[in-house]
Amino acid sequence: MWRDHLTEIIVFSVLFLLVSAMGFVAARWRAPKDMAHLDEWGLGGRSFGGWITWFLVGGDLYTAYTFVAVPALMFGAGAAGFFAVPYTIVIYPLVFLVLVRLWSVSHRHGFVTPADFVRTRFDSPVLALLIAITGIVATMPYIALQLVGIEAVLKTMGVTGDNALARHLPIIIAFAILAAYTYQSGLRAPALIAFVKDSLIYIVILVAIVYLPYKLGGWGDIFAAADAKFDASPNPNDGILLNGNNQLQYVTLALGSALALFLYPHSITGVLASKNRDVIKRNMSALPAYSLLLGLIALLGYMAIAAGVKPLPGAKEGTVDSNTVVPLLFDQQFPDWFAGVAYAAIGIGALVPAAIMSIAAANLFTRNIYKEYLKRDASPAQEANVSKITSLVVKVGAVACIVFLDPQFSIDLQLIGGVIILQTLPAVALGLYTRWFHRTGLIVGWAVGMGLGMWMLYQVASPTRKHFGGSAFPLSEFGFDTTRTIYVGIVAVAVNLAVAALVTLALRAAKVAEGVDGTTPDDYFADEGDPRVTPGAERDADSAREPVA
Amino acid sequence: MAAPEPEAPTTAPSRAKDHSPWNWLLFIPIVVPLIPVFFNGDSPRVFGFPRFYWLQLAFILLGVGTTTLVYQMTKKRGSR
Repeated sequence: MWRDHLTEIIVFSVLFLLVSAMGFVAARWRAPKDMAHLDEWGLGGRSFGGWITWFLVGGDLYTAYTFVAVPALMFGAGAAGFFAVPYTIVIYPLVFLVLVRLWSVSHRHGFVTPADFVRTRFDSPVLALLIAITGIVATMPYIALQLVGIEAVLKTMGVTGDNALARHLPIIIAFAILAAYTYQSGLRAPALIAFVKDSLIYIVILVAIVYLPYKLGGWGDIFAAADAKFDASPNPNDGILLNGNNQLQYVTLALGSALALFLYPHSITGVLASKNRDVIKRNMSALPAYSLLLGLIALLGYMAIAAGVKPLPGAKEGTVDSNTVVPLLFDQQFPDWFAGVAYAAIGIGALVPAAIMSIAAANLFTRNIYKEYLKRDASPAQEANVSKITSLVVKVGAVACIVFLDPQFSIDLQLIGGVIILQTLPAVALGLYTRWFHRTGLIVGWAVGMGLGMWMLYQVASPTRKHFGGSAFPLSEFGFDTTRTIYVGIVAVAVNLAVAALVTLALRAAKVAEGVDGTTPDDYFADEGDPRVTPGAERDADSAREPVA
Repeated sequence: MAAPEPEAPTTAPSRAKDHSPWNWLLFIPIVVPLIPVFFNGDSPRVFGFPRFYWLQLAFILLGVGTTTLVYQMTKKRGSR
């Protein structure tokens, strides 16, 4: 019952409202004279320095869902859930190498989205549209997942109702507040709130990793308890170490997730909002502090095993909602007021990425669908306005996902999201280095990679479902005589690349037109203070060109 | 990933800062954390942590160290 959790609910609500107020004030923070420009609303004026970028990108990549789901995975499967650690180590050198180039070329040409870049680089509105749609589709379920994070906390506090609407009312209210201040303040809101979110999370985790092992008899006992649990379970793939079958899955999932994460529109938004290359590079060496945090949070899953936590029942009869493991651990082990602080950290932790994601999706719609296909001569103020409204629509869609669908379904969608966003790798990430690929080759590669990825995900069964049961594809399905599994996304993107390369060779042999590269090699090294390429002239040149495939 | 700099520097050599061989070092923190033989074992334990856990957490330091080194060696210095 919620009455038993009154202190927690009060602490949670007070902190939540405090942060919401900050979101509204953020419009005036570092504000320009004119907020009616997409650069201002959607990218914070491209002016963020080292600290803000650190909190913004960190708040972006480590979401409420991560804090809830990674320990839940450790709780259920053991070592396999620790993939999040190598995943977040690998990503920073990749960003250091690749996204600084995207920053430079975007700075020069005024790009707001990765699809803007693809449009100019490959001279293909169709490819840009595919990249934009892929980005929006992959982002929507990701936003919905943030709600799953809040929901796990609310459920633990006993804030649940009898029917669907009553059960979801707190989330609808929270998202309405979020939508209102994102509408008003744009990217400045999550940037400002991220400070509070991360401070709270750091405090909670530092206390947890010092206090809980002390209470539970030390790290040796915690690992022993986890080991005993996995030894007793019938599942052959769990345990505190990996086995021969899931090692390949572990490393391909870590690599694939890292590649996917920095292709997500919202990570790119965070990077583009920084004021110069130096800020990004410096951040890539400082951001791994969060990885340490994530590794320790993951281990909360084992602490929950040692503490004997029993997850709350799930939406369906006979299932358990393992996402409640961490909130329950806090509830059992901490005094009420501190559990309230921890819940607020998770709840606010959902708002920051949800805001950035909805802004990124809105920017994609505005720049690559509205401006490209609906209103070519849209003014910057109109662009900003369309983005603001789209960000509202996106959030309503995310809430609808949670209210009307089984939350488990959102988690599956997110799994698919990672696989589909990876299919933009050849055009966006490799496109930053080389224009070797033919635009039509990239389109065909995208389509084949997407189709193969969906087929593979469809084949994956889990104990509770026949299809879309996970991302670990058994290699035996390809005819190999093995029980090993591999991450679907890596296979799909490899095939995507191979197809793109073959089609490129064929089209080149047939001398099919390749379009004009709107960027110069020099663009990829531009830094703060570099003059912009005048957008007017470029736009005129664009509309004069023939429509292309 | 492709090799870092396939394009030849054309004009404006003042900006071509990315062409540093130091960048190759960044492949260490990309590759090392993805080799399970290094970390997939129990012993030795450190503070009760099996090797699987403490070594992967230690790879974070490897990542921080490498990126910091590369950043320091490639950042803009005065007039260059």
